Amino acid sequence: MTDPTAPARKQPSARTLQVRASLRRRHLSEQIFRIMGIVAICAALGFVALLFTDVLRKGIPAFHQATLHLDVTYDPALLEIDPIPVRAAGQSDADFRAQMLRWQRGIAMLNWNKVVEAAMRAATPAGFEIDTKSLLSIPETNARHVLREAFVADPSLMGQTRRFDLLASANADNWSKGNIDRTLGDAQQQLSPSARQLIDTFEANGTLTQDFAWGLFTNVDSRAAPASAGLAGAFMGSLYMMLVVICLSVPIGVASAIYLEEFAPKSRLTDLIEVNINNLAAVPSIVFGLLGAAVFINFFNLPRSAPLVGGLVLTLMTLPTIIIATRAALQGVSPALRQAALGLGASKTQMVFHHVLPVTFPSILTATIIGVAQALGETAPLLLIGMNAFVAAVPGSPVDQATALPVQIFLWQGNENRNFFEARTSAAIMVLLGLMILLNAIAIILRSRLEKRA
Amino acid sequence: MNSLIIAGLLLVLLGLSYQTGWSKGRGLATTAGSLNVHSRPQYHAARVAIWTLVPALVILVLWGLLGSNLTRGYLVSQIPADILLGLDQAGLDATIQRIGALASGYGVAGDVQPFEQSAADALRSFQTITFLAVIAAAAGLAILALLYARSRISPRLRARNHVERLVTAGLMLCSAIAILTTVGIMLSLVFEAIRFFSFISPVEFFFGTVWNPTFSSTGNNANYGQYGLLPLLTGTLWVATISSLVAVPIGLMTAIYLSQYAPSRVRAIVKPLIEILAGIPTIVYGFFALVTVGPFLKAMGASVGLSISATSALTAGLVMGIMIIPFISSLSDDILNQVPRAMRDGSYGLGATQSETIRQVLLPAALPGIVGAFLLAVSRAIGETMIVVLAAGNSPVLRGTPLEPISTITVSIVNQLTGDTDFTGPQSLVAFALGLTLFVMTLLLNIVALYIVRRFREQYE
Repeated sequence: MTDPTAPARKQPSARTLQVRASLRRRHLSEQIFRIMGIVAICAALGFVALLFTDVLRKGIPAFHQATLHLDVTYDPALLEIDPIPVRAAGQSDADFRAQMLRWQRGIAMLNWNKVVEAAMRAATPAGFEIDTKSLLSIPETNARHVLREAFVADPSLMGQTRRFDLLASANADNWSKGNIDRTLGDAQQQLSPSARQLIDTFEANGTLTQDFAWGLFTNVDSRAAPASAGLAGAFMGSLYMMLVVICLSVPIGVASAIYLEEFAPKSRLTDLIEVNINNLAAVPSIVFGLLGAAVFINFFNLPRSAPLVGGLVLTLMTLPTIIIATRAALQGVSPALRQAALGLGASKTQMVFHHVLPVTFPSILTATIIGVAQALGETAPLLLIGMNAFVAAVPGSPVDQATALPVQIFLWQGNENRNFFEARTSAAIMVLLGLMILLNAIAIILRSRLEKRA
Repeated sequence: MNSLIIAGLLLVLLGLSYQTGWSKGRGLATTAGSLNVHSRPQYHAARVAIWTLVPALVILVLWGLLGSNLTRGYLVSQIPADILLGLDQAGLDATIQRIGALASGYGVAGDVQPFEQSAADALRSFQTITFLAVIAAAAGLAILALLYARSRISPRLRARNHVERLVTAGLMLCSAIAILTTVGIMLSLVFEAIRFFSFISPVEFFFGTVWNPTFSSTGNNANYGQYGLLPLLTGTLWVATISSLVAVPIGLMTAIYLSQYAPSRVRAIVKPLIEILAGIPTIVYGFFALVTVGPFLKAMGASVGLSISATSALTAGLVMGIMIIPFISSLSDDILNQVPRAMRDGSYGLGATQSETIRQVLLPAALPGIVGAFLLAVSRAIGETMIVVLAAGNSPVLRGTPLEPISTITVSIVNQLTGDTDFTGPQSLVAFALGLTLFVMTLLLNIVALYIVRRFREQYE
């Protein structure tokens, strides 16, 4: 074969044929192996794509929600309310507050559903027959609270008419989005026939539109009025927890990494600490939850369901990540820098804090953000310290009862109204994933910027 | 208001002491010549500041710990004895609260009794006096300490060494927290697990085949239910096995392709994309498994005549396998890259194709490391919680098939401990026995895996 001038092609020997056949086989298996690799990668990437498209497909509809635009009249005939109390001279704060509360209680005792009903009737086309129960199943049950709070904030509304944007109920939202099979019989439908017909009428004349669901971000969780359930409380809870995590885990983590890497004598004890930290990094998160339940809550009597305790547990979880990353960064600093500092007469502490640590700043920052992102998505330990409690308020401080974004997802996915909450849960997941992607993007950008400068 | 004053006081003390130390240290340098002074002014300043703030903080913390009890004691002594006798604990608390509200100027609703008013006046003056006394004590002690520390400043004073020793001690304390965490985990798990074993014998727990804890509210103290670990353990192992069956082939082949075949451009894009999988919160996987994968598997099973539950070991294991793909792939990637080039080149030189080199040279050489990576991934799968809570079906029954709902150790921890924290009965204490089992299992897996990986690295270094 190598000699082109060979007079005549010799018949290949049996040996050559054998080699050729085996080569063909070997090349085929090479091809198969390569394709297996590509298939594996495609499978992995396919899972990423599938996961994201699935969440997006389910979650995006939940960002728009059926909203009713109603002209609400605060009719004095329906609402019998005393004038708002005025503070008498010399009245103590407590007395005035008690009087004010009595007034508000009086307002709360009124049947605001009548106002809602009147507004709904006013919007209903003339001649449309519908009973009160069906009529009130269209707006969400919190509509009366919205109207009442608007009145408490501004008592001059009495006798006036104002336009309100009220959320439609979860069932009405499902119906108008077409999530419910319209061919099902009346017995299987949540809404009565007249209510369903009225929703369609409202949709046609623009009283009911699909508006952007700001409530998802501004409202707290709600059981009585599922359509108004939002993420504000969970978001603040997560924010407090992350503040605790950052304030504690960064200084402690960096300090212990510096000690272990720069100051600790090479002894049995430091070996032990090192092995220990590596193992802590791999301890299942739920075990940290057990630690939190037994030590922080049972032993130190810290409040249950508080972001402070959640933050402490997540801090302990995040510490190993930060310590390991900081140590790696410290190891990476060139010995020349250390020797130059020491040679110019710096003490060891000065060398570390003035020269070595600033160089590692980008890596520490990245590790912190990644650690925080991990902590942000953690659910299991929080369940054990009571953060899955239903909390219908935005926590005002880290010791108030609160829940967290991933826990809120856990709570929503378990809601009985699957048809409505599957989309809500996906929307919450989108918010959580969005936050995590944002954090990671910040980490990447900051790192590349800071590294350029260093 | 008070906390603002205290914060202001501390800030003033900090500024004053730092400035004092700094100017004196600075003065030394000008009078004695900067070469004859041991420490630079800022170290003198930091030393004086530490000397000043520590006593003040000690006083304030002591007051914070003891103050409320002192105030309450004083308040009780101000309530006339005949009224005090007529009050029970709740009534006393209510009265104290009313007096506190009166003293703060907020007032109370309703009529004020004369003794309440006089007690409130007394309380107000007591609060003012004690507050002033504490502030004065803290400030006075701080000033004394400041003066002492300032008087010690001299050119030979090794202020820098003092400060640095303190800094090092602080660093050491921080690294002790890692140890404390482990000790805390061990102590709390072991302590509570021992309490559990005083109800249920360890033999019954580790070898029992029925998991059926009764609810603690039944009030039937003799009957705690049955706490057999085996159904949970088999469930855990089912999920771990299935997830490894998914993750190991995909992860390993991904690592091989990316490290051996892929051009660097493809590698730079694909690797981070796959690592996204490791960053997604597990609750998201759980939801994905519950609403998408489970129903899909059920429909698939139905189309081939298999009955698969929507929530089953298969669903949870499959999704968990997806989650641990990046663990396997990035660890194996590192390990494959550590195999010396010479081994590969030798194999090519003998005429082996690329895949033959990988299969017959690279993989055997990297096997220990890959086994280590595998063990790390398994320990991860065993400890994972949210996916199985949502998608495994929570049915703690001993089963021989992965197509049925199961329950795992982590699921049972969550079920037994959520919403119940009076750790008195075995119903909640069992969570700690389960946690201990889980902790020991993952710890052993990790130690073995880290040992194997480390041995492997040393072999080729």
